[in-house]
Amino acid sequence: MFTIPRIWREKPQRYRLEASKCSKCGYVMYPPRKVCPKCGSEELTRVTLPETGKILTYTIIRTAPLGFMELSPYAVAIVEFPNGARAMMQIVDTDFDKIEIGKEVKIVFRKLFTEGESGVIMYGPKAIVVED
Amino acid sequence: MRDVAIVGIGVGKFGSLWEKSFRDLAVEASLDAIKDAGVDHIDSMYVGNFSAGTFIEQEHIAPLIADYLGYRLIPSTRVENACASGASAFRMGFIEVASGISDVVLVAGVEKMTDIKTPEAVYSLSLAADREYEGYQGITFPGLFALVAKRHMFEFGTTRKQLSAVAIKNHKNAYRNPKAQFHRLINEEDIENSPMIADPLRLYDCSPITDGAAAVVLMPLDEAKKLSNKRHPLVKVSGIGQANDTIALAQRDSLVGFAATTEAAKKAYKMSGKKIEDIDVAEVHDCFTIAEICAIEDLGFFPKGKGGEAVEAGLTEIGGKIPINPSGGLKGKGHPVGATGVAQIANIVEQLRGEAGENQVKNAKVGLAQNLGGSGATVVVTILEVV
Repeated sequence: MFTIPRIWREKPQRYRLEASKCSKCGYVMYPPRKVCPKCGSEELTRVTLPETGKILTYTIIRTAPLGFMELSPYAVAIVEFPNGARAMMQIVDTDFDKIEIGKEVKIVFRKLFTEGESGVIMYGPKAIVVED
Repeated sequence: MRDVAIVGIGVGKFGSLWEKSFRDLAVEASLDAIKDAGVDHIDSMYVGNFSAGTFIEQEHIAPLIADYLGYRLIPSTRVENACASGASAFRMGFIEVASGISDVVLVAGVEKMTDIKTPEAVYSLSLAADREYEGYQGITFPGLFALVAKRHMFEFGTTRKQLSAVAIKNHKNAYRNPKAQFHRLINEEDIENSPMIADPLRLYDCSPITDGAAAVVLMPLDEAKKLSNKRHPLVKVSGIGQANDTIALAQRDSLVGFAATTEAAKKAYKMSGKKIEDIDVAEVHDCFTIAEICAIEDLGFFPKGKGGEAVEAGLTEIGGKIPINPSGGLKGKGHPVGATGVAQIANIVEQLRGEAGENQVKNAKVGLAQNLGGSGATVVVTILEVV
């Protein structure tokens, strides 16, 4: 269940796309963490994810779980940003046949889903394929 | 550290078992294992289980199973590591016997998945992913493995036909395994006509939703040699390794395999003193067809990117270079999540004892089981050998 406090406390990364950057090795991680998974350093600073990235891999979900059934079918991709950070996000407003590995995407802010019982709406990042 | 033997096994029938409850499944497999071992008591037990809480609304299942098995005051502990819960529980049992804390330890694995509807089960399974940063984007487990399959196809040219070859082989093996969920041979056309679940994975690329349980009894090897029951050759746990990786698939260095499999295998090979060439038979975690291709590459049976070709060439058939999943695997035998890792180990014991029936691999002396949880965040590799 996604209650209001649970959504509220994730605001920095979901609404402002904050990530952590390791001051020692330079690794960028999304969502932010307290410890760098590459070098173990606890000296991390906050950075904002770039607005564009590229698709590393993707799929079209046709059998959705509870909470997502009305959206089905929808595309989900792993996006890599120029600073090396990676995130999983849906690809929206794009024909499925335009989605390809290597294509550039732009991050947009969208509704993720509505929690059934309370009706709380959860927002977060999704991506649109940029046509050149 | 003491050497540890598997002295008893119990593998129940897998399937949609509406007439059997969660506790029935676990107790029946456990009783079979205890009787097979010929022991008159157990000192301790571990239960591998993924999500009784969401599947049957029951937590605290370790004392429940011990109670219904007739054991009230022994320690009984649940181990949860998603789809690797079974082998993770086995590893705890191994450590307990090897350390000298207990002499006779039962390890059971159980899952009762068909009491809820399919979308609910898909949701329950999706909880093994990173809920906040994968689940909230609507990813499913077929979806996570589809992301790997898509990238594997992109980097190595792995084909639809090669994915299908995994499912066809495992259904063929399951056809001859009386305990398997499916007893139906399938062909390429069946697979290509089956519904798309998460592109490129179709229904027949996916392991099913299954009820089932399996159990094994562990003892110190020296004590096991003294057991009066000499019906079976003794099987020793010669190596076991566990490795974990990032919970979220996006954070992995490689999207075409599972580093935790390679690392867990390295540990198991080192402990056992065995090499990859010594392995005669393996049960690997084919929750999806692509997962079997990744597993046989990550374990070192075939070079990275060549797994699909190997399956297509028949190298992983019974009688091939390295028989993979002679039981039918998760695809054909079924995948009751918490039971799977224990069932794989019990299936390898059957092979090493020469009790695998029509699916027996000739002269199998050393076997390997690979159990993977989540999208590869937990992997346990176990190497067994006939003493």
